[in-house]
Amino acid sequence: MTEQRATPQGLGTDGMLIASFLGLGVIYWLFILARAADPLITFHAYVFILAFILGLFGLVIRATNPPSDGRGAYAMDVVKAGVFASVFWGIAGFLVGVVIAFQLAFPEIFYFENAPWTNFGRLRPLHTSAVIFAFGGNVLIATSFYVVQRTCRARLAGGLAPWFVFWGYNLFIVIAATGYLIGVTQSREYAEPEWYADLWLTLVWVAYLFVFLGTIWKRKEPHIYVANWFYLSFIVTVAMLHIVNNLAMPISLANSKSYSLFAGVQDALTQWWYAHNAVGFFLTTGFLAIMYYFIPKRAERPVFSYRLSIVHFWSLIFIYIWAGPHHLHYTALPEWAQTLGMTFSIMLWMPSWGGMINGLMTLSGAWDKLRTDPVLRMMVASVAFYGMSTFEGPVMSIRAVNALSHYTDWTIGHVHSGALGWVGYISFGALYCLVPWLWKRKRLYSNAMVEWHFWISTIGIVLYITSMWVSGITQGLMWRAYNEFGFLQHSFVETVQAMHPYYAIRAFGGTLFLIGALIMAYNLWRTARGDIRAAEPQPQPQPQPLAASVPAL
Amino acid sequence: MADQDIDEHSGVETTGHEWDGIKELNNPLPRWWLIVFYISVIWAVGYWVLMPAWPGISGYTKGLRDHSERANVAADIAALDEARAEATQRLINAPSMQAIENDPGLQQFALAAGRSLFGDNCATCHGSGGQGFPGYPNLNDDAWIWGGALEDIKTTIAYGRRSDHPETTNTIMMAYGRDGLLPADDVSDLTNYVLSLSGQDHDAAAAQRAPQIFASQCAVCHGADGSGDRAQGAPNLTDAIWLFGGDRATIYETIWNGRAGVMPAWEGRLSEAEITALAVYVHSLGGGE
Amino acid sequence: MLNRHEFFEKHGIFLTIGILIAVSIGGIVEIAPLFYLESTIEKVDGVRPYSPLELAGRNIYVREGCYTCHSQQVRPLRDEVERYGHYSLAAESMYDHPFQWGSKRTGPDLARLGGKYSDEWHRQHMQDPRSLVPESVMPPYAFLSRRALDYRSIEGALKANRAVGVPYTDEMIEYAVRDLEAQVDPFSANYDALLARYPKAQIRNFDGDARQITEMDALIAYLQVLGVMVDFEEYQAEENYR
Ligand code: HEC
Ligand code: HEC
Ligand code: HEC
Ligand code: HEM
Ligand code: HEM
Ligand SMILES: [Ca+2]
Ligand SMILES: [Ca+2]
Ligand SMILES: [Cu+2]
Repeated sequence: MTEQRATPQGLGTDGMLIASFLGLGVIYWLFILARAADPLITFHAYVFILAFILGLFGLVIRATNPPSDGRGAYAMDVVKAGVFASVFWGIAGFLVGVVIAFQLAFPEIFYFENAPWTNFGRLRPLHTSAVIFAFGGNVLIATSFYVVQRTCRARLAGGLAPWFVFWGYNLFIVIAATGYLIGVTQSREYAEPEWYADLWLTLVWVAYLFVFLGTIWKRKEPHIYVANWFYLSFIVTVAMLHIVNNLAMPISLANSKSYSLFAGVQDALTQWWYAHNAVGFFLTTGFLAIMYYFIPKRAERPVFSYRLSIVHFWSLIFIYIWAGPHHLHYTALPEWAQTLGMTFSIMLWMPSWGGMINGLMTLSGAWDKLRTDPVLRMMVASVAFYGMSTFEGPVMSIRAVNALSHYTDWTIGHVHSGALGWVGYISFGALYCLVPWLWKRKRLYSNAMVEWHFWISTIGIVLYITSMWVSGITQGLMWRAYNEFGFLQHSFVETVQAMHPYYAIRAFGGTLFLIGALIMAYNLWRTARGDIRAAEPQPQPQPQPLAASVPAL
Repeated sequence: MADQDIDEHSGVETTGHEWDGIKELNNPLPRWWLIVFYISVIWAVGYWVLMPAWPGISGYTKGLRDHSERANVAADIAALDEARAEATQRLINAPSMQAIENDPGLQQFALAAGRSLFGDNCATCHGSGGQGFPGYPNLNDDAWIWGGALEDIKTTIAYGRRSDHPETTNTIMMAYGRDGLLPADDVSDLTNYVLSLSGQDHDAAAAQRAPQIFASQCAVCHGADGSGDRAQGAPNLTDAIWLFGGDRATIYETIWNGRAGVMPAWEGRLSEAEITALAVYVHSLGGGE
Repeated sequence: MLNRHEFFEKHGIFLTIGILIAVSIGGIVEIAPLFYLESTIEKVDGVRPYSPLELAGRNIYVREGCYTCHSQQVRPLRDEVERYGHYSLAAESMYDHPFQWGSKRTGPDLARLGGKYSDEWHRQHMQDPRSLVPESVMPPYAFLSRRALDYRSIEGALKANRAVGVPYTDEMIEYAVRDLEAQVDPFSANYDALLARYPKAQIRNFDGDARQITEMDALIAYLQVLGVMVDFEEYQAEENYR
């Protein structure tokens, strides 16, 4: 049944569809190029045209050379590409994070007054998008393509469509990233790309949804595995959030600039409804899906509780949506909405911890593996960080606490305990699992290097988040400190000055995290090549039967 | 699902399904987890009853406490005003700096308020210690452009200088070179003359050519001897203290391009008491008259 | 429960629909009322659409990512009101597409910045923040003084804003370019007409360089209008407690 066309050679209907779509895209962008009076969109028109032409070339090559992963077995080449992209973007994103951390710590050294693209205001969105969407997004796409095939026992649906999703998504990243550098942004946190990039992502995302759902439809298993519920809710909800939050009116089709459909307070809530749920559905449900596959797989233990999966899944996705207003406490957003945001955030605590419990308790009976398997340890640490940040989050949602924490580095500390600890570590764990499976290697190039990675980056994370807690709380307290007559004790710049040591510590911690990731990249690359570090014991039995072997379809 | 499948290690039944080798145990929900979840829900419901919470068609539930942060902060500020009312009245009504200095309690109050306000409003221009930057006068020294008595300082702060306040002073130093009022040679001669006034190195021959021009063009503001005029905010050119800079290039640039530094007006943004407190603070920085 | 949930586990499409329903409710209940409840936006006088130059400046503010360090939202908390001034109202950003409330204060809040500093100070501070505030970690933006403002599409910008609800009139759109040029020229023939269209607009050569209209002109014009539109002497605070 996986044979979708008569001729495995040639392009097939999927390929023809994509080819004509790319062709139309080239024509569209040539048309825009002809009328654009805006150098920024002109630049992006060239990028699009170049990318589409490369895509067409790729299709031609594809038509003449059958792919290595065949048409019948699992589609694993696209997963491999996703692994590669994840590592690449991860390092890029962490590097930019380190750069902006140094900019705040040592402003004299790291600013160039005549190079606008080096400024913090442009690099910060580059960092957030690179780590969340480029790194996290590629990890999600790669793992979801892997997991959905394995747990449905079906090849990815849509023929070449998964490749369209992969390349289309990465093209979106390139458009977004280059856009920030040259000054194209909507200033909507975590949704900064301009309207045409948003539209492009919408197309890609719809394709992603169809590939994912299509694979589920084709499944050989009677039931849909819990990881796939989480992936599905991530894909569906992000589509909804993305479309609503990015509604905007461009100046013209040939202009990069657009104006949001909403204004002021409505715009603020729409944006934070989006951004909070980008955390909820991109950084949480998506990565919970990863957890639900990779932890039981690696630990070789059953998932702790099916019932808990059900209850925490539905309560999590239902409640998450309501919590957005906790980003707007004490603002001009009406107080009733703030109340809802706060109370739902508190109610979100246990549903969030349901995932943590299921992740950690799955280890029961396999705790001893933590000593010997640094990859599993990394994933368990990840779940612990998840538990920590989903406890901290509800605390920060309490209005009285938020009055202190909002606008300060406390938020940054919270973000990075979730981002570095949870998102980072579960992704690293998944990558360490995937590379040997995908490239059919008996083991990683080096387990000792995983140990190094784990410890170096754990020290990095601890330095990062503790320094930000201290600086955030210090700054919050300084802002509201009064002298003996009840007048403000500190001027604003005094608080800026007080942040300096913490910014320096954070930059150092971030550097350690980056070093860890570089070690990982090297290790994975050697693993893919099939090397095994001479000093280390030769292969032990693998937890996973060689993954890419042809499934029983 | 007919046959029970029991996990060996835990003795718990699985759901009977298997995906890619993964099974699920049929453990019940952890009790404590469920209880805490219920508590959080009950707490939320209680909170909704007390606080503004649910939107409807034409309004929202106000909650039993009818809470409003805006009302709270207004009350906070009103209470502060109330508590400070007596001190601020005395401050505003103080007849002179002397009177304030004679009342240590009041002086301390004014200094505390002034220091606090200075940090966020003034330090960005005048430096955190009041030492100033080129173009932004030093407030620690004895040299005053507009006057260092309490009243002068208050006027400067309240109305600003060359600000958009209707009461402000607007004299400016014209762009003699740029606007063609004087030829370049004269500007250069004047530069040497100004350098000579403060006893700096200069080209004596050039300075010799300038006194007439200075008398006709500059003396109206800077005075015949160059010692300045506070009524017009024209700085003293004979001392070693410079607003923009006393080196040759800067002086040349001043005469060529003119100057019109703006001190913003604070009336409206700050209360009268706050302005007075700032004036007391600035006065105390060292150079008060 | 197990058996009932099987329904979702066996039908991808119903699982999808179930998810969609679960994630739609919260957003609808929270966002929709903001569009129809009268109490959401305070009744105030004075808030007007941005003049073309201010709007161009705002675009630069957005482009440079100033919001990554600066909030524009004073909270109703004692210390903030004392440090920055009156707490922000919803009405003050009702023409802001998009809003710029921000989420991080690496630098101070800018909601009440207008009139606090001179144009010259802003120019110098933007060019080299540490020359005036040695403790600052703000990046330098010297290039803004050199770059000519590209306002070819300013008319389109006003139109796009009107399409999303900002009450720009036909006249404002027609005169967009002239108004923009007039606002940096105190001797412009268009002075009074500009003021009539945009009451209390500040008309000055903001960057001190009369030769060209730079990005710095536009940005400073925007910074100088922040938070000054509402006349708080007239504002009825009690009526807008919520
Ligand atoms: C935008 C920058 C700026 C800010 C903010 C500012 N000033 Fe000034 N101030 C100036 C400039 C420029 C002058 C000099 C005006 C001139 O050139 O004549 C000045 C002059 C003064 C003078 C007169 C000095 C003299 O020698 O006569 C006093 C006093 C003063 N400022 C106090 C303050 C206080 C108090 C504050 C805060 C409430 C403040 N300034 C805020 C720019 C500023
Ligand atoms: C209309 C009044 C006026 C006239 C005429 C005038 N000045 Fe000035 N001058 C000022 C004012 C006011 C300032 C201070 C400007 C400021 O504070 O921004 C000033 C500042 C200066 C300074 C800078 C002082 C410092 O401390 O940095 C110099 C030098 C100077 N003038 C020289 C001259 C010379 C030479 C002439 C004649 C060609 C002249 N001025 C004519 C009003 C005048
Ligand atoms: C890296 C963070 C950062 C970025 C990006 C940044 N700023 Fe700042 N800004 C600061 C800090 C810190 C201060 C306080 C110190 C100072 O005055 O320089 C500040 C102060 C200011 C002030 C003075 C506010 C006051 O009331 O004293 C203004 C105005 C300002 N910034 C405007 C901007 C604009 C406009 C942009 C974008 C083009 C921008 N800033 C980008 C960090 C930043
Ligand atoms: C129960 C779960 C959570 C709750 C209730 C919660 C709550 C909060 C709160 C109150 C803030 C501060 C808002 C502010 O003052 O500006 C915040 C910020 C943030 N949180 Fe969480 N959090 C949770 C979990 C997580 C997790 C797991 C992540 C993962 C990475 C995360 C990522 C973020 C990010 C990125 C921000 C910054 C948003 C911004 O201002 O740009 N959160 N969260
Ligand atoms: C090398 C590691 C990293 C370093 C050094 C780093 C550094 C930084 C810095 C300096 C900021 C700006 C903080 C501020 O404005 O004060 C930031 C913001 C942010 N980073 Fe990172 N980061 C790293 C990794 C990550 C990762 C892995 C993620 C996500 C998966 C992430 C997500 C974010 C987010 C969401 C924000 C915005 C927070 C907010 O707006 O509240 N970062 N990071
Ligand atoms: Ca967008
Ligand atoms: Ca933020
Ligand atoms: Cu949130």
